[in-house]
Amino acid sequence: MLLTISTTHRPATDLGFLVHKNPARFQSFKLPFGRADVFYPEAESHRCTVALLLNIDPVGLVRLKPGAPKGGGWLEQYVNDRPYVASSHLSVAIAKVFGSALAGNSRDRPDLAEQAIPLEARIPVVPSREGADLIGNLFEPLGYAVGIEGRPLDERFPEWGPSPYFSVRLAATTRLRDLLVHLYVLLPVLDDHKHYWVGDDEVAKLLRFGEGWLDGHPLRDLISRRYLKHQRGLVDQALVQLLDAGPTDPGTAATRHEQAEKQLETPLRLSEQRIQAVLDALRSLGAVKVLDLGCGEGRLIHALLGESSVRSITGIDVSLRALATARRRLRLNDLPPRQQQRVNLLHGSLVYGDSRLSGHDAAIAMEVIEHIDAPRLDAFEEAVFGSAQPKAVLVTTPNAEHNAVFDRLPAGAFRHGDHRFEWTREQFRDWSGRVANRRRYDVRFQDIGPVHPDHGAPTQMGIFTQ
Amino acid sequence: MKIAIPELCLVVLIGPTGSGKSTFASRHFKPTEVVSSDTCRAMVADDATDQSATPDAFALLNFIAATRLRAGRLTVIDATSVQPRARKPLVGLAREHDCLSVAIVLNMPEALCLARNKDRPERSFGPHVVRNQAAQLKRSLRRLKREGFRYVFVLNSPEEVEEAFVERMPMWVNLRNEHGSFDIIGDVHGCFDELAILLKRLGYRLETRADDIGEPGFSVTHPQGRKAVFVGDLVDRGPAVAKVLNLVMSMTADGTAFCVAGNHEAKLVRKLQGRKVQISHGLAETLAQLEMESPEFQQRAAAFLDGLISHYVLDDGNLVVAHAGLKAEYQGRASARVRDFCLYGETTGETDEFGLPVRADWAVGYRGPATVVYGHTPVVEPAWLNRTINIDTGCVFGGRLTALRYPEKELVSVPAAQVYCEPVRPVAEDVQSEVSVVSAGTRAANVLDIGDVIGKRIVATRLRGNITVREENAAAALEVVSRFALDPRWLVYLPPTISPCETSALPGVLEHPTEVFAHFRNNGVSEVVCQEKHMGSRAVVVVGQDAAAIERRFGIAGEDIGTCYTRTGRRFFEDRILEAQFLERIRKGIADAGLWAELETDWVVLDSELMPWSLKAQELLREQYAAVGVAARTSLTAAESLLRQTMERGIDVGEALARVAERLNLTQLYSDAYARYCWPVTSLADIQLAPFHLLASEGQVHVGKDHLWHMGVAGRLHTADPGLFRDTHHKVVRLNTEDEVEATSWWEELTSKGGEGIVAKPMDFVAHGTRGLVQPAMKCRGTEYLRIIYGPEYTLSENMDRLRKRNISTKRSLALREFALGLEGLQRFVEREPLHRVHECAFAVLALESEPVDPRL
Repeated sequence: MLLTISTTHRPATDLGFLVHKNPARFQSFKLPFGRADVFYPEAESHRCTVALLLNIDPVGLVRLKPGAPKGGGWLEQYVNDRPYVASSHLSVAIAKVFGSALAGNSRDRPDLAEQAIPLEARIPVVPSREGADLIGNLFEPLGYAVGIEGRPLDERFPEWGPSPYFSVRLAATTRLRDLLVHLYVLLPVLDDHKHYWVGDDEVAKLLRFGEGWLDGHPLRDLISRRYLKHQRGLVDQALVQLLDAGPTDPGTAATRHEQAEKQLETPLRLSEQRIQAVLDALRSLGAVKVLDLGCGEGRLIHALLGESSVRSITGIDVSLRALATARRRLRLNDLPPRQQQRVNLLHGSLVYGDSRLSGHDAAIAMEVIEHIDAPRLDAFEEAVFGSAQPKAVLVTTPNAEHNAVFDRLPAGAFRHGDHRFEWTREQFRDWSGRVANRRRYDVRFQDIGPVHPDHGAPTQMGIFTQ
Repeated sequence: MKIAIPELCLVVLIGPTGSGKSTFASRHFKPTEVVSSDTCRAMVADDATDQSATPDAFALLNFIAATRLRAGRLTVIDATSVQPRARKPLVGLAREHDCLSVAIVLNMPEALCLARNKDRPERSFGPHVVRNQAAQLKRSLRRLKREGFRYVFVLNSPEEVEEAFVERMPMWVNLRNEHGSFDIIGDVHGCFDELAILLKRLGYRLETRADDIGEPGFSVTHPQGRKAVFVGDLVDRGPAVAKVLNLVMSMTADGTAFCVAGNHEAKLVRKLQGRKVQISHGLAETLAQLEMESPEFQQRAAAFLDGLISHYVLDDGNLVVAHAGLKAEYQGRASARVRDFCLYGETTGETDEFGLPVRADWAVGYRGPATVVYGHTPVVEPAWLNRTINIDTGCVFGGRLTALRYPEKELVSVPAAQVYCEPVRPVAEDVQSEVSVVSAGTRAANVLDIGDVIGKRIVATRLRGNITVREENAAAALEVVSRFALDPRWLVYLPPTISPCETSALPGVLEHPTEVFAHFRNNGVSEVVCQEKHMGSRAVVVVGQDAAAIERRFGIAGEDIGTCYTRTGRRFFEDRILEAQFLERIRKGIADAGLWAELETDWVVLDSELMPWSLKAQELLREQYAAVGVAARTSLTAAESLLRQTMERGIDVGEALARVAERLNLTQLYSDAYARYCWPVTSLADIQLAPFHLLASEGQVHVGKDHLWHMGVAGRLHTADPGLFRDTHHKVVRLNTEDEVEATSWWEELTSKGGEGIVAKPMDFVAHGTRGLVQPAMKCRGTEYLRIIYGPEYTLSENMDRLRKRNISTKRSLALREFALGLEGLQRFVEREPLHRVHECAFAVLALESEPVDPRL
């Protein structure tokens, strides 16, 4: 991992006084995670460059992490980009090695430290999973001329596409401390993906370093959110290990998908309309005991708690993490006992029979079936219509025809990365009809969201009744 | 006096304090069978006479008694129980657990009780207590039967108590000592001709004879001494009810048959006893036919029918026969509820469009260990479901009369000569299931219950005993199975993880064959097979000779002739057309290699490696391996150039430049290491499969064959289709011989060319050594390959020294447990055990995989 800072301010070698490092020497500093070398590839009076080279110990990174879970802290792989990319580690090194400069102090050139001078920073490997735009959007508002160069993942396999890394050049006439502060805060923000080390004091630190520029930054919210990102629980780790994909964190992927879907549908506030449609249907059915199948993080349950006619709500989900989030968001532990008793969260699966699901007035599968592999819908049908047999079942699912209306969605793509299928109105009606027939339910259909004359509504709902 | 009680019942001792209940109990029952209110009082209050503790003490007494009865254990209640309101909950308790209740009353002279209490200083209550209790007892004596006690014994004097002895009688349903073999016969409904043919086909010899009072009867014998068991419904609807009764009565009298009651018998009995019943569903025919018989025969038949038992538990409890089936909790029990279940099944209380009761499908939820054979509801084809089978194939409706041979579990049937009766409801594929059109297979798919997989689980394996799955691991597996796995009917096997060898002490390497050989040697293995390790993805292939074979054996209807899944049960191919082509090639390869015929099978399960790695690991390669490579190259190239520039300025950069140059070189080697295992897949021609175990085929799990046999099969597949099947080079190594040296140089040669390494396996598929079960396989990976495991720079000495410290014991234990579970699942599948029993093994493997283990091992 490497950072160079150059200036053409004359005499350029005064850069040495600003960073308190002698241009004529190669110096090394010990860091908790390895070693930092500081040296000057050029030190002329017209141009001087200081290089900060981080030698991160790849084995120590994995092995010595305090509090790492038993089994070697496997989330951190030995095969890891950490030693090579600009990340939070670089911020720590800046603070440690260029501490005075970061604070705006210079023993020998105090005035220069306060002066805007032509500066150029180069970082050969900046990670940005969102692509090059975010780099520009972060630094350009701060007055930098930004040069960005992308790299393919592997020249031998062009079909694998571009890598998430960019060589970045930032140029501006500014104070050195400002440049360092911006790098200090924004490099970890770009690195979002693997930024683990957030502690309690980070909020104060962000406020201190962000003083004077963060408040007016157009991406202020994103910067704060990512800078303060938290770690995930141990359950996820067990999960990740099981997935064939290996180190990809399914939580992160799921969140990405969620966001993509939400962005797509946001202008419609479709999720609220869905909940409203479900509540209306439940009211007309007079449902008292309801079942939220695939309750996720509990948005529908939250709405159901506001329905006084619903006396018992059972939420079931296959993801323990989602249930934990639901518990937290619904503040279940803080609710008065009577409210608490209304809600019951269960860990379970919709492809196994489950006696805990019997005896309900209505079951809601809101945006759930499309997350089940089509061949396994039989098992879902058996579990819900065959075994649980609620008096009514509400099923909502995207109407694939309506996807044509979303300009940001490529043709043929699904709204959510985990969708296993998206059905047209005919396909949904066809499936629902067969289920209703087999299981002796009646079914009627309802559109949710604005109805397009050709493509129909964004969401379709089937209301099955016994 | 002989006190004869059922072997399972609730005995309530009744008598005032001092009447000698505890003494009686200790003389005639095991101490653990007796639950005493005094003991319970002492347990909850440290004082056996503390009357204020009575409610708590009885709560405890109830709990203990209920727990024992649930487990099927005779229980004796030692409390005064002289008041009706004290006895009522006890009778209820027995009824709730479908047990009979027995009252044993110690009706002792009041004076005796008083005298006894005087001798006991802890009982300081006055004489009025005993007097009241005695009075209450007197009032109770005559009403005990009415209160629900099935048997009442009253002992009126110390002498009677002295002479009394308790005899435990087997339950009527208990035929555990009958070990068969049996031929269980479905609903006959007066179809005598078909029954006679069926019995003959089963090997019975039928002769007519006159019995001692001159009535014609039958003599039926079987040369092997087999016995018939009738599931009931001998009568009604059919043409020769009396003749059927005559035959079955003869057989049961001779001890060559058993018969349980059917609902038609029950109704006939009520009619014959003069009660008012609706003459329908073929009862009229029966009555008309019986009219023609002699009064003696009618009488005998009435007695026979009245004496029919609800169900039988046979063969040490392994076999249960009941007319309409029987859930596990009711087996071997006696109550009206149990009898109703046996006769009518479990009904939901609703009726269907034909006016017949809608049945709850008890068999779907059946998880008992006993095989349950039943009839009652005609089906087109008997199908096993969770160790239950309905063998009523509707003979009287023009179907067949079917018998199940036990323990062979073979079905034998005889077609009906004609339709004797039109069914009210069409005989569906399987009318038991509420979904009338599904085939038996589809129905089985839907019967997995969440209770079969969640929570802490203990799976009994024949190879390694009980294997525990922790609750949190089961929870993780539930998510993976539910979200990503294939239909569980495909997942008959999930492969175990493979442990690496001990870490080598040799310079520059972490793993070396020396350690592999040492491990097996130390475990008492003398010969191993070293196999080239292909770098791809582990793949399990299930393939059938055709789609019909898959439907027959796996219950999965459709076009698929098989599937291919990953080690976590995910479908390998997203492209279903490519998958179909792939499976077709495999099917053909197996045919060309002559394996279908040789193994006498129409399906096989293969354990294999599928290449290229990039086919399945695309995301991993892009997001991790290639990404790290490009980041490292870019970063180190820039660093090298800056350091060079600095040095050229005359600055001493120490070792930094040389070091960065070395690291850059390692980075390049790292990228070369993964690139070798990647190639683009545009068609089937780009895919290779290296099978290394032929795990199972019809009737067999091939674990009794050594690895040379398995390699031989792989070789034959390779010969049959070299384009698809990759050969696996292998060497047999006799430990402690020159073979070790030769195999080591082979490993060096393989790995220097970029090969992943080798996997060594004991010659026997399942090997027991000096320390028990031996690791079924051990991998030894090449130095270059390990760069993609331990990182580009792992070979730098300061890194390597630390990496040598790794703990492989957890991985080893995991490998053995998963191996045992994998084979257990296959064995259960081959033995046609219920789906949930097979699934629990695959599920457990997945759950174990979520245990935290160093993923680099």
